[in-house]
Amino acid sequence: MSKSYELFIGPNHPGIPGNFSLKIELEGDTVISAKGDPGYLHRAFEKAMEGRYYIQNLALIPRICVPEPDINEAAYAMAVEDLMGVEIPERAKYIRTIVLELARAANYTFWMGGFAGTLGLYTLAQWSFGDRDYALDLFAEICGARVYHMYIWPGGVRRDLPPGWEDKLLGYVKYMKERLIDYDNIFFKNVMFKYRTKGIAVVTKEQAIEWGATGPILKAAGVAQDVRKDDPYAAYEYLDFEIPTLTDGDSWSRAMIRRWELENSLNIIEQAVKKMPKKGPVWEKMPNPLKWYVPEGETYAKVESARGEHGFYMVSDGTGKPYRVAVRGASHTHMFTIAEKVLIGQRLADVSHILVSLDVCPPEIDR
Amino acid sequence: MNIKEYEKGSFLKPLTSVKYLFKKPHTLRYPKETKPVADRFRGLHINDVDKCIGCGNCRDICPCAAITMEKASKIGRPIEIDKKGANPVRPKIDYGRCSFCALCVEMCPTGSLKMSKDLIYTSPDAEAFAWVPLEEQGREPGFIQDNEITPLMLEAQEMEELEPEVRKRSFEEMILGFSEEQARKEAMRCLGCGICMQGCPAHMKIPEYIQAIFDGDHKKSVKYMLEDNVLPGICGRICTHRCQDDCVYQYRGAPIHIMWLKRYATDQLEDYKDVNIEKMPATGKKVAIIGGGPSGLSAAYHLSTMGHSVTIFEQKNRAGGALATGIPLYRLPIYELDKEIGNIESMGVEIKTNVKVGEDVKFEDLLKEFDAVYIGIGLSYGRSINLKGEEHPDVVQAIDFLRQVKVEGRRDITKHVIVIGGGNVAMDVARTVARLQEINYQSKDTTVETVSLEDWDIMPASQEEIDGALEEGVIFNPAWGPNQVIFNEDGSIKGLEVKKVKYVFDENHRFNPAFYEDQKKIIYGDYIIESVGQMYNFSFIPKELMEQLKFTPRRKVWVDEYGETSIPGVFAGGDIVETSKGDAISAIANGHRAAIGIDRFLHGKSRRG
Ligand SMILES: Cc1cc2nc3c(=O)[nH]c(=O)nc-3n(C[C@H](O)[C@H](O)[C@H](O)COP(=O)(O)OP(=O)(O)OC[C@H]3O[C@@H](n4cnc5c(N)ncnc54)[C@H](O)[C@@H]3O)c2cc1C
Ligand code: SF4
Ligand code: SF4
Repeated sequence: MSKSYELFIGPNHPGIPGNFSLKIELEGDTVISAKGDPGYLHRAFEKAMEGRYYIQNLALIPRICVPEPDINEAAYAMAVEDLMGVEIPERAKYIRTIVLELARAANYTFWMGGFAGTLGLYTLAQWSFGDRDYALDLFAEICGARVYHMYIWPGGVRRDLPPGWEDKLLGYVKYMKERLIDYDNIFFKNVMFKYRTKGIAVVTKEQAIEWGATGPILKAAGVAQDVRKDDPYAAYEYLDFEIPTLTDGDSWSRAMIRRWELENSLNIIEQAVKKMPKKGPVWEKMPNPLKWYVPEGETYAKVESARGEHGFYMVSDGTGKPYRVAVRGASHTHMFTIAEKVLIGQRLADVSHILVSLDVCPPEIDR
Repeated sequence: MNIKEYEKGSFLKPLTSVKYLFKKPHTLRYPKETKPVADRFRGLHINDVDKCIGCGNCRDICPCAAITMEKASKIGRPIEIDKKGANPVRPKIDYGRCSFCALCVEMCPTGSLKMSKDLIYTSPDAEAFAWVPLEEQGREPGFIQDNEITPLMLEAQEMEELEPEVRKRSFEEMILGFSEEQARKEAMRCLGCGICMQGCPAHMKIPEYIQAIFDGDHKKSVKYMLEDNVLPGICGRICTHRCQDDCVYQYRGAPIHIMWLKRYATDQLEDYKDVNIEKMPATGKKVAIIGGGPSGLSAAYHLSTMGHSVTIFEQKNRAGGALATGIPLYRLPIYELDKEIGNIESMGVEIKTNVKVGEDVKFEDLLKEFDAVYIGIGLSYGRSINLKGEEHPDVVQAIDFLRQVKVEGRRDITKHVIVIGGGNVAMDVARTVARLQEINYQSKDTTVETVSLEDWDIMPASQEEIDGALEEGVIFNPAWGPNQVIFNEDGSIKGLEVKKVKYVFDENHRFNPAFYEDQKKIIYGDYIIESVGQMYNFSFIPKELMEQLKFTPRRKVWVDEYGETSIPGVFAGGDIVETSKGDAISAIANGHRAAIGIDRFLHGKSRRG
């Protein structure tokens, strides 16, 4: 008779941005059940938003996602703009696109490090954390902060781009494209990566659809779905890009999709810089923040995050503070409906890399 | 991307990374090497505490409750605290809470607050992470305000007014008032900081009544107004709006049109039935009020809400004082006076017009028959300048002229009029003359010229009034002093001889004009209106009592903080006391204060009574 035992993983864990834990039950080193155990990062974002003026939430929402804060700013701003019936200026749309893609690129760069780390390749982590910093420097120049930008706000963006910034941005894009060759050599084309991830934690196309997967998990299973294409926001409708897909739905495919998307983001940035109106307003004037009454109504605004569909459901009762905001982060679904299932039958040594391959971002779960 | 290349997997490719052994690392050797910091960096704050006015808007917007306001005495260095429109407090920031969002910087109306490029601070003491940012802490500025992109609504709503050509043709009210949309937009600008309340002599609850306008609750708004100002609709038209001079928007944009918002809200109510202060039960005490100007009316209203029975004695045929008889119709129409004075009467105040104290009733009798007396006689008489030739019937006093036009329906005027004076009353006179000349002569071959000792830069009239007068064709002769009236052979007036002013104020800043006696000119005109100030007349007070009545060195009636004069039970306010700034709102504030004083006196709580 085999004896099972329970193992507690977390709440600190390399490769996962934030505190989160798992309770797994094993027989030998095979997982027989897994349960997500959130709560270590709970800061009551949604509740806190109800007590603050619309503009004040700007300080709160980026914190819902450390590696890619801007998706929150964008979805929040879009929700407010939708309720107010505001159309943002063209140049602001492009700037938002650039910022969101830069954030996506930085996020995938960060992710590569975390993922490689769970497979034991720390060199890549050191490279990628360093390279992400160059993106953070670019953010600091437009908004004054490296991580929590608070740059996209209702009406557009908070400041126009500083002179010469586009050139620096294109310099970064060029540098990253060159670096990708190295990343490929050391990791994506590395046979160890293939051995460790091929055929692991498969989410089939049918499962992905049934379980409500979005983002790389869905694309890795063969479905070309992406908010940027299906429900374009910012300036995506003016830009030319493809949604990458693979068919196997395993850990390897998910990683490759992210690698692919990173390159895609760099290309989108180049295009957007070229196409963007060179002058013009970047912000539509908003009311005095202390008397910023948003018309009664409800809305759901969504963007494509590095992990999938990321949305803000917002209800206004016509006052200066939101009545209710709910944040839909892709990670919630990816953890509780997907990870808990696909971890079953996997080996203990793979648990962390599977979690990172599903890109579970704890603050999106603990909101 | 060719996915096939990746599917193969390679043993050798990872080895290419060996080349990085020979490359420079991307890390820096801190602190020997540092990275350049972004120009817009949002680091520890910098505040120019001399420019800061302690308005607290930074605190109000801070999403992290990181800001508290520290007493000026505790910030560690002297600051300019008694400047106009400022609170003697400065923001203190708790860096244990701050999220470096810079919303405080965006919302700072003076532009004193900035963020710096510096984010490094260490201390073993947790308390040490909260401090009052100062410029001399030596941090290099990073993120600052931008007037193009700012959450503050720096621009004011434009007020529509009649075009000069149109408004000159009649005495129709020239300011048209806000539409609902404009009023709401203007009210939306208010930050609620309340700095303006200090500037208002009546300390009206400005943020509250503006908020009510924003919420569309006009009744609530006017209710707030009436608590401190019984003539809000009148003040919404003619107030000196000292509040607006303090409004924090002045530093980076245009002050809020507080006065016109007040007018807007009152205009929405036909009467104030539902919004008056609730009346207390009758006390059986009687108060006499001498003078039905704004100060008397204000005292009367508040006394009647306190349950006292109040009688106003007014020598003219209508109450309102200078508002009724002085301020021209195009600025303050009669219906507004009727509405607000009618409201005061509706509270049970009895107004006896055509009763001059000293002639029709005796002051001593009032003292006997009433439990307290309030004097609000204002400066109801013109002051002459002892000009050579001023006894001529075509040399008149502003206050008489304005009364004739406003109250008695005078519409005649001569073709060339000279107005002596450079204050707001002189502007009222000149602009009234401009209208009469348009009505009588379509302004053909007519002139209206003002003469003032003061040059443009120190002219006492407000800029709005000067601009309005210029638009209506008034000619100014600044820095000229009247010397004598020049006559034609037939005895009619030919003009005014004036001499060039050397200076108006001497080195001790005292009014002491000097002239260039050799620089003279004649301003031609056939009618002269002196408009250089008014004075009071206390002849109704018997000699023995007059001796008891104490005056200040500036010849104003002395009163204590409750408006009581040196004669127990006799109170005073308005233009005749020194605490008044010579405007309607001061008179209203004085009247309110004295009502509280009288109430205390009647309840036996007077200091001396
Ligand atoms: C032409 C003009 C324009 C002005 N424009 C403005 C303006 O735009 N904004 C502003 O804020 N202020 C303005 N002022 C000033 C403002 O009107 C006065 O500061 C204010 O009216 C003073 O109020 P009061 O109650 O002290 O006196 P008053 O308004 O002068 O009222 C005193 C009343 O007492 C009566 N009275 C006097 N003696 C007796 C007596 N013995 N018996 C009975 N009744 C008596 C008088 O007839 C008068 O009605 C203006 C003044 C003038 C003359
Ligand atoms: S908002 Fe600006 S002026 Fe007002 S208290 Fe704060 S720092 Fe001072
Ligand atoms: S930067 Fe933001 S969190 Fe910090 S004090 Fe200013 S408003 Fe508050």
